[in-house]
Amino acid sequence: MDTRDLISILPLLVLAGWACLLLLIDLFVPRDRKSITAILAAIGISVALVINLMQLGEVRQAFNGMIVLDGFASLLITLFLAVGLIAIAQAYDYIKRRGIERGEYYSLLLFTLCGMLLMATAGDLIVVFLALELLSIPLYVLAGFARPQLESEEAAIKYFLLGAFASGFVVYGIALIFGATGTTALDGIVASFAATQENPVLLLVGSGMILVGLGFKVAVVPFHMWTPDVYHGAPTAVTAFMSVGAKAGGFAALLRVFLAAFPELSAAWAPMAMWIAALTMAWGNIAAIAQKNIKRMLAYSSIAHAGYILMALPAAANPTVAPEALRAVLFYLFGYAITNLGAWGVVVAMEKAEGGGLAIEDYSGLSNRRPGFALAMALFMLSLTGMPPTVGFIGKFYIFRAVIDADLIWLALVGVITSLISAYYYLRVIVVMYMRSGEPETRSESWLNATVWLTGLGTIVFGIVPGPLLALASQSWLSSLVP
Amino acid sequence: MNIATDYILALSGVLFVIGVLGVLVRRNAIVIFMSIELMLNSANLALIAFARAMAPAAEALRGHVLVFFVIAVAAAEVAVGLALIVAIFRTKHSIDVDQVSSLQG
Repeated sequence: MDTRDLISILPLLVLAGWACLLLLIDLFVPRDRKSITAILAAIGISVALVINLMQLGEVRQAFNGMIVLDGFASLLITLFLAVGLIAIAQAYDYIKRRGIERGEYYSLLLFTLCGMLLMATAGDLIVVFLALELLSIPLYVLAGFARPQLESEEAAIKYFLLGAFASGFVVYGIALIFGATGTTALDGIVASFAATQENPVLLLVGSGMILVGLGFKVAVVPFHMWTPDVYHGAPTAVTAFMSVGAKAGGFAALLRVFLAAFPELSAAWAPMAMWIAALTMAWGNIAAIAQKNIKRMLAYSSIAHAGYILMALPAAANPTVAPEALRAVLFYLFGYAITNLGAWGVVVAMEKAEGGGLAIEDYSGLSNRRPGFALAMALFMLSLTGMPPTVGFIGKFYIFRAVIDADLIWLALVGVITSLISAYYYLRVIVVMYMRSGEPETRSESWLNATVWLTGLGTIVFGIVPGPLLALASQSWLSSLVP
Repeated sequence: MNIATDYILALSGVLFVIGVLGVLVRRNAIVIFMSIELMLNSANLALIAFARAMAPAAEALRGHVLVFFVIAVAAAEVAVGLALIVAIFRTKHSIDVDQVSSLQG
């Protein structure tokens, strides 16, 4: 271990150290002034973000290959830290209103972010497992943060039991892969299998178990059962963070593990991923139609979007399409994060202190009461549907193009048809906001408003000028794929 | 006495399956949790068995290292999991997961 290793994970070190320090500092912050803790946490994330931006474009390995810093990792770290900042801004007023303002909230958020950062840079299955747990365990606590409210506790216990079940699969999968190849390093697995071609069955079962475990994390059908309940029961600000951060973290690990460690097995996992993606898109969108609660509707919508993102994995199995598919995924993750955080921001603003205001019907008349918020929400709904000129359209366009270039026409067709179905429930929100009369109560708080305006602006700006972000995404290679 | 690796792996596989079935079949949150621990420990057993089989090689250490990490992480999971179970028991006076169903679509 030398200084260069430590510099490679400096954002992670800053974040982890700051989170521990924050737990101590919080003890001296008076109970009615916990906003100080929020601001301190935001400063910590900003410092990590600046360090990360200074390292953008560097490619190197650290800790004997345990950590891989490449374009893919740096770009995703930027995304995670930005999501963390927005999550703090959205929680700032929300947890006060719900009466659950405790300083640990922000430390737990920082610990989860550490897990996500590690997830994006993992170069070894041991680190993948550690990152997965570091991401999950604080999230279990955050989901139950509104204790002793039953809904929140229920969300936490469901998330915990199924999350721990999934990590059992991941560990056993890693054990089998270790047995088959004699190593856990991602590049070592590839080299060992290419050299000997030994034990394909063990390797296959092992990679299947990892797919199951990570599939739980990113919520793809048939491993999605927990999602609607957990997203519904968890405090809304936590749900917003979880639906974007945990999903992107899961996909970061999924893409890196499968593209860097198991390219030789793609004939086996690509069809499996294809079917899972198709099922996820179909079921997520169809089940969302029946939902009356906006949190459950957005939960099913997030399942459907996991399907769209997963479509890129079988496309990337084809080496000639891989760069295009990877760029599409990174762009889609950014677009999804911006849009989804905005939509959840509006939900946070609409939720009443005692927990009401979450039915879609409660949005009637929002266009009269808060025209700006209604416009932003309409924009987010259009972007989630994938209509131009929003970022959601561009993201879907590139994903579909990569899928078609990989000759998976039927998969692209499933994607287009399910997007059409999704228009029904997304547009219903717009109809309710603009064509029904009502007197909804909304919360106006400057930090929350800022996140909604910012994400609204991002949704439209990246929809009209996607060029810079796309260029950034296309430079963001997985280092193992560099030609 | 030297036990063949295959036997240890078979035992680990059986333990893993018992764990999975326990999670799927049992309804008591603590029993489900115990089954999850069984899954994690069956993976540990497999890791140790594989590491022993390739023993003199330096790579075998990776298996040992992962086992220690799994043990530590499992302890962290116990801390959070039991706290959640206690919290829900105080509110609901039951830890039967079928009765924990206030969230429905």
